[in-house]
Amino acid sequence: MKTPLRERLKPYLLLLPAFVGIALFTVYPVIRLIYLSFFKVNQLNTSKTTFVGWKNYISLLGNSAFMTSLKNTGVYSLWTIVFTLAIALCLAVWLSQKQDHLSKFTQGAAFMPHVISSVSIGLVFSQMMNPTYGLFNNILAVFGVRGFQWLQSSQTAMGSVVFVSVWKSIGYYSLIIIGALQSISPSIYEAAALDNAGTWATMKKITIPMISPQLFFTLIVMTIGSFKVFDTIRILTDGGPNNATSSIVYYIYKQVFWEYNIGRATTAGVFLLIIVGVLTGVYFALLSKRVHYQ
Amino acid sequence: MYQTRQKIGQVIGILVKVIICVIFIFPFVWMLSVSFQTEQETTRLPITLIPSHLNWQSYVDAWNCAPFAVYIKNSVIIIISIILLQTIIMVPAAYAFAKFDFKGKGFLFSLILIAFMMPTQVTFLPVYYMMSDWKVMKTLLPQILPFMTNAFGIFLLRQYFMQVPDELIEAAKLDNASEVQILSKIMLPMSKPGISAIALLSFVGHWNDYFWPLVMTNSDEVRPITIGVARLKDAEGNLQWNMIMAGNMFLVFPIVFIYILASRYIINSFVYSGIK
Repeated sequence: MKTPLRERLKPYLLLLPAFVGIALFTVYPVIRLIYLSFFKVNQLNTSKTTFVGWKNYISLLGNSAFMTSLKNTGVYSLWTIVFTLAIALCLAVWLSQKQDHLSKFTQGAAFMPHVISSVSIGLVFSQMMNPTYGLFNNILAVFGVRGFQWLQSSQTAMGSVVFVSVWKSIGYYSLIIIGALQSISPSIYEAAALDNAGTWATMKKITIPMISPQLFFTLIVMTIGSFKVFDTIRILTDGGPNNATSSIVYYIYKQVFWEYNIGRATTAGVFLLIIVGVLTGVYFALLSKRVHYQ
Repeated sequence: MYQTRQKIGQVIGILVKVIICVIFIFPFVWMLSVSFQTEQETTRLPITLIPSHLNWQSYVDAWNCAPFAVYIKNSVIIIISIILLQTIIMVPAAYAFAKFDFKGKGFLFSLILIAFMMPTQVTFLPVYYMMSDWKVMKTLLPQILPFMTNAFGIFLLRQYFMQVPDELIEAAKLDNASEVQILSKIMLPMSKPGISAIALLSFVGHWNDYFWPLVMTNSDEVRPITIGVARLKDAEGNLQWNMIMAGNMFLVFPIVFIYILASRYIINSFVYSGIK
């Protein structure tokens, strides 16, 4: 018995609006982006837009501002991920030991920055990091420590941006890790306690291996997120001083709105697409593997 | 001896937790403090921790400095439109993926995942050109339409729908229920928590969003609140921190208020969506 055409078409009709959106706002823009990266775009007179082959790619790889942005993004990602993951892991293990009111409240407080706009957080931190009137240097002065230039020196600007990003995301990742920790059966810990395993040994031999799949996913999600960094940088430093905190996305933004170099902007966009694409590929490959094993 | 050591350990534990709370809450208190300071207080040494009096003037200044009523109105319209549009589109799509077998299902589902992972920072320029071609840059549509398909929402809702027993749907079909009736009478009531969690994530995400409106708007009539607040810092002349922080409160207060009322619910929505 053959199902009538109307029945067979039903799922496609149900999906139609969703896929109109995906076609218009995901698939088409990606194709257009790649297409434009092979052209020298003239925005005022589009008839003067000319095909230039790989020229944008070659010129971008030789462009020191882009290479700096690429390097900055890598440095930013590395430090943000290392610090966030390390602190979030410690915090999660420690806070999940006791589920009392204060622990819950601490989790809630640490999570709050995650739901607040980067604009707000960027603004309040740029006030606190002001070398003269800012809170940080004035607190340091109380302890007799000489203050920093924070965002205003190319030596400390990147560190300051990383500091803000780590502060903003610790709480979120702690709670993700606490979720993972709660899936470990308590009987394993009881067995370890019977064997007189110390805190550090338990952590190294049981806790971390048991949550390593979740940790790895968290790591990839964090990496993808940090390669897209823009908001915090735009508010805190505007890429400065002297390009010290310019990221890939910041570079793209600058090419589009300040330098009107669309060829370069789209080519840098393709680079971002490739980086995020590779990371996403790794993510889904691991995801299907994990589903397979369970 | 052992007991005293345990006691000390407990006290230190409590102390460290309190310090952690202060580290995460203080910047928000500081925001509030600076917003109530006078301009002299913000640029005076030693710095002012507690303002001498509640100086509401900076709020008035911030409000008059830029059309905040328009910004807030825009943000609200954008968010409500996005949530409605997303829900209308998401529900049938998740239903199709959860309860139908059809050719190309795997391929279409992988497209959903790709759309979910695609950064807006990659797609914004072609979308901007498209919106310019459509001549809608003077409306809020460039900030609404691109978010019509909530890929992540479809993914999450599909999991809720898959838990609805097939027998229930079969029984409804025997009673000659239409698909619309099945969706509204069976599927939706059973997935209310999922839909409200997705709406909450959309609300927080778009209220806070900065990148998309920054690249999609070029006039005050269509700007949302994040842009308005950020522009207080870009304004010419000396930075007036009290005014900037007052403006900042317009952006922060609604979210903090909701967060204090429903922090457990909000945390669970975010964490659940993060683990999947």
